[in-house]
This record gives sequence, C-alpha cells and structure tokens, in this order.
Amino acid sequence: MRVWQRTVIGLTVALTAIGIAQAREQIRVVGSSTVYPFSSYVAEEFGATTDFTTPIVESTGSGGGLKLFCNGVGSDTPDVTNASRPIKKSEFQRCQDNGVGDIIEVMFGYDGIVIAQNEKNEPLSLTREQLTLAVAAQVPQDGELVENPYVRWSQIDASLPDKEILIYGPPTSSGTRDAFEELVMEAVSEDLGYGGEYSNIRQDGAFVPSGENDNLIVQKLGQNRHAVGIFGYSFLEENKSLLSAASVGGVEPNPSTISSGEYPVSRSLFFYVKKAHLGEVSGLAEYVDLFLAEKMVGNYGYLKDLGLIPLPKERREAVRAKWADREGMTKDDLVH
Amino acid sequence: MDLSQADSTRLRRRYRAEKRFKAYCIAALAMSVLFLVVFFADMISQGYPAFVQAEVRAEVTFSEQTMEIPPLSVPEAFRPLVSRGELRLLPEYARNNPTVMGTTETRWLLAKADIDQYLKGKDVNLPEDVRRTVDRLYEQGQLELNFNTYFFANGDSKLPELSGIFAALMGSVAVLALTLAFSFPIGVMTAIYLEEFARDNRFTQAIEVNINNLAAVPSILFGLLGLAVFINFFGVPRSSVLAGGLTLGLMTLPIIIISTRAALRAVPDPIRLGAFAMGCSRWQVVRDHVLPVSLPGILTGTIIGLAQAMGETAPLLIIGMIAYIPEAPSGIADAATVLPAQIYTWAGMPDRAYVERTAAGILLLLAVLISMNAIAVYLRKRFERRW
Repeated sequence: MRVWQRTVIGLTVALTAIGIAQAREQIRVVGSSTVYPFSSYVAEEFGATTDFTTPIVESTGSGGGLKLFCNGVGSDTPDVTNASRPIKKSEFQRCQDNGVGDIIEVMFGYDGIVIAQNEKNEPLSLTREQLTLAVAAQVPQDGELVENPYVRWSQIDASLPDKEILIYGPPTSSGTRDAFEELVMEAVSEDLGYGGEYSNIRQDGAFVPSGENDNLIVQKLGQNRHAVGIFGYSFLEENKSLLSAASVGGVEPNPSTISSGEYPVSRSLFFYVKKAHLGEVSGLAEYVDLFLAEKMVGNYGYLKDLGLIPLPKERREAVRAKWADREGMTKDDLVH
Repeated sequence: MDLSQADSTRLRRRYRAEKRFKAYCIAALAMSVLFLVVFFADMISQGYPAFVQAEVRAEVTFSEQTMEIPPLSVPEAFRPLVSRGELRLLPEYARNNPTVMGTTETRWLLAKADIDQYLKGKDVNLPEDVRRTVDRLYEQGQLELNFNTYFFANGDSKLPELSGIFAALMGSVAVLALTLAFSFPIGVMTAIYLEEFARDNRFTQAIEVNINNLAAVPSILFGLLGLAVFINFFGVPRSSVLAGGLTLGLMTLPIIIISTRAALRAVPDPIRLGAFAMGCSRWQVVRDHVLPVSLPGILTGTIIGLAQAMGETAPLLIIGMIAYIPEAPSGIADAATVLPAQIYTWAGMPDRAYVERTAAGILLLLAVLISMNAIAVYLRKRFERRW
C-alpha cells in the first residue's frame, strides 16, 4: 500500500511541477474558426521573421475561445482570443469575475457571410425576409406563429426557383451562425410580424448544421445543385470556379460592398488581448503589432489574399492608436 | 423408390442453399474489397502529386534594398512565382552571412502553390502573362517539379507550398511513446494480477465488466476525462505531448488489459502446474513460464491498441492538440500536433492546394498503420505456439 501511495504522490508532484515550471515563451491564441486562418498566418510570419517562438493558434469557435480566455489569468490561460463577433456582456462579466482584468479589444477587418450555391445554377437573388422565412423554425401567419410550412423556395415567393429548400449552414457553436441570426433573422423579424426578435432555426431537415468545417459545405454544394450554403466570404473567394453567391437585398457580396456595409450580411472581426499578460508572455505586444501592420491588414496586405476585407484607412489608424494606448474596454462599450 | 427420390431432392436443395450462401459471402467480400480499392485509388490519385513540388531557379541578389523589401531579391519576372516563405527568410540569411551582401547567387527556390498546381494541371486562376512565363521557364528547365523534401521536413504552414507533415509525425511518435510508457506496464500488470493472482469473486467480476465497458466507451469521453483530470486538476499544459500521451494512454489501457488477459488465458494450465510442482512461487511461474509464452499475444494487442490511438482525433480536439502548431515538440511539456490532427486541419483549409497535402497525409498515416499492423501479424506468426 505504501508503495502505491508514494507512486501516486510522486506522480501528482511531478505533474504539478511541470505545470508550474512551464515558463511561457510561447503565445497562446484560441477562438473563432473564421479568424483562425488570419491569425495562424500572422503567427507563422511572426515565428519565421522574429526570434520569438511561433504562437500556438487553436480554433475553438468564438464562444469556446472566450470561455477559455475568461478562465482567469496565468500561464495556463490563453493570451489572445479571436472572435467573429463582439464579446457579450455576460462573457465580459465572467472575465471580470475570474479576475482577468483589463481586456483590449482589437477590431481588424470585416468578413461577409455569403449565401452560395453551385455555380451552374441560375443566379439567385434573395432578400433577408425570404431567407428568414426559409430557415426559421416558425413563421408568422395570420398573426400567430406556426411551424414553418415552406418546403420549396417558390412557396415563399413566386420569383424564387421551384426547388426544395436545403440549406447547409454553421452549427450553434459558430460565430458565423450567431452573426447570421443577428444580421438576417433578428434584423427583419419585427417587420415580418414575429413581434420581437426571432432567431430559432428550423430542425426539420431543411437546414443542415454542417460543423465548423466550411470546406464540407463547399463540397456538398459542388455535389448537390439544389443545395444552398451559408459560410464566410473567404471560402467563396477560394472556390469561385465552383460556387456563386446569391445577392442579398439586391447587393452582391464583394470586398467593396462588404467593407462599406452595403451588403447587409457582413460583420466585424476581432481579437481580444489580456492586458495582464502583456509583460509576462514574451512577444505578445510584438505579435499584435505585426497583426495590425499595414503589410497584414492593409489594403494590399497578405491577409487580403486569404479573404479578409480590410478596414478603411482611417479606421485602421484609429485601431492602431487605440492599441498603442493599451486601452482596456468597459462594460458600457457592449451592446449585447 | 419414392423415399430416395424425396431424399435426393432435399439433398439438391441443401446443396443449392449452400451454394447461394457461399455466393452471398463472396459478394460481401467483393463489396468490401471494392470499397477499399476505391478508397485507396482515390487517395493515391489525389495524394501522389504532393510528393513532387515546383521549384524555380532564380538569381538572388542581396543588397541594402532587398533587406528592406525581400521580393526585390529576385528578377521582376520571377516575383509572381517565388514563394513568400523563401523570400521572407532572405534578410535573415543575409544578416547571418554578411559576406553575401552585394552579391548575386543562383538558387533553386520554392515556387508558389498556384504555380505548382498549374504545373500539375489543376484549374487555377493565373493571369495570362504569368501563365506564359511559367510555360517558358518550364520548357527552359528553370522551373521543375522535384521531389518534395519540404513535405517531409517542415511543419504546418499557412503557405500550402511550405507546409509539411514532419512536426505532426514527430508529435505522433512522441505521444505514442508516452502512451506506450504509460499504458503498457499498468495494463500488463493489471492483467497479470486479475488473471494469475486475483480470486474470482464479485469484486474482480465487477472490475472485469467495467474494463470491458471502458474499451467500448467513445473516445471523446477520454478527451473530456483528460481535460478534467490532467489539464484542469494536475495542471498539465494544454496541447502538450504529456496531456496527449496520458489521455490516449487511458484510452489504450483497457485494450491492453483485455488482450493481455486473453494471451495469459491461452497459456495451458499444465505449464503453470508443472512449474508449481517444481516449487516455483507464483511470481516465478508468471515471470519465467507464463509471460514468455504469452508475450507475442500481449505485444500484438498492444500494437493494435497503439494503432488505434495513433488514428485518434476526437479526444485530442478536447485537449487542444488540433491547432496551428508548426514545430516538432522537443520535450513532453511542449505543444504538439499529431498526424490525424494535421490531416483534419488541412482538410478544413480553404486553399485548394491543401487537397493533395491532405491526401498525402492520409497515405502516410495509412502507411504507418499498415506497418504497425504488419509488425503485429509478424510477431504473432513468428512466436506463435500451438499446444
């Protein structure tokens, strides 16, 4: 028995010692799968062109990233979390409760959410109202909510194709889903007669949640000409020979309509930095500096090739100035 | 007369039934072989182009100006061709070798993924003038498809042409070594105790049921367990080799215990009794007589368990090993990624050039798994004993 006890105690001590002794030389980034390609690109460049170690970038989804980020301060928590939506009040509160302290918010660009289909199909033109009616769990009819009866697009509006509604979209953990619900469904639910914000997505098989892997949706659209997919603009950019995007409210998604906000389903991309870690983790400030450099997020920056839609010049400078001041955010900055 | 006729009809019917059944079995076999062939053919046809990579021979100039703006190091016509992964390293190279300043060298440089894909006949968006340059240089032998050393020497990269499987392979080796070191001794000792020492009572039966049950538990639960116990409680660094090795070790443990018990049970009792008759203690019996003859079975089970751990992704997702980790681990507390995790990451990349890398990664993983299973079969055949 004593041998066993000693082994268990020894193992515990060894494991704890490894945890404590781990002096963090390496930046840890978590968060949104939409921001992941940009963030890991910057991480690689950072590792290749400076003397610092390449940061570890993990794709956990915006919500998952903020959960890890807000677990507290210290070497076992991430230094940066990426998000394809702003931090929520509840998440910020959790951060504060766990003693994370000042959080610096950095907005670095835009992303459009596209509604795409197989390129061989007739061009599709949708409104946000039609989209909502296609994906909602319930629709208002004669003043009350009934289960969504629409099976074919043409039942929603005669101008739409006479095809079955089959939509591949992001799962609930995804920031893309949050943004879609907010920018499409909640934005028009009042006008449609829902009597308040409505964002429940149907679960009767017409909307298929397809995991965090947007490539899967792209492949499905390549195989199934009747299907429509919802994903980030960068995936459209990469697969232009295969897919075409529907215009929403008469506006085609492209970099200029997305950055001007004319295309209605666009969102801002963020990352959040833990101020308490700035002096502790080597290279953290330099990583953010590189991220915000003109050669990354500028009009001709590398991230643009990956599908990022840059901020206008004045906004970029404002963001850099805000970062230079290391200005932490307060709860009053938050809407949701 | 009537009777024998009835007999022979029945006999014929039985023969027919047997033939039918045999045909069904052959059809089933043919079906699974067909699936396998289709899968392999698809993977090989997609993956083999990744084993060569386009390289371009260009004159590289080092000057004050190229230190500031690396693309200026190569002649203008080559700028759309050369990978940024090469160019960004040039200033540092010049800083470390100051003698090259002001000189020009001719070098083979890695070409961009687009160029590589174009040369391999894939459908890419290249401007017409770049296409012409590429065709011309290819004819002149300035642009070649060479064996892809990058793929085997590099870690992950966001530039598809630069990305490789090395870091993930090393990660897999390190994680599996830890898994083995953790689960083999504990698993074998548990099995020996249960099989050779323990009495058969309610308690040991309960343990046996639980172990069998654990072997069937979905692997994602081991990931959650690893997160709760190793990372959150013991403070093992997230994404580290240690966290991965321990988690996969937990997963492999029941498989090793079960296969070891089966191997021990296959040793005939007369061997034990003979040794006891000579006055051996239980430990001596196990050490000198039972273990040596059951070792092939134990090793086979262990290798199969490890092969399963090698292909595992779900639990590693939970403990943060599916991430952008481009460097091979140099210690057990270092972050690492593993082969299936790398394949998963590449499969999710929007860039089309990753498709062939994904398939090549799968081929490599399959090759490793096949060799592990082949070793298991060899051990079984080589040391098998019949009584």
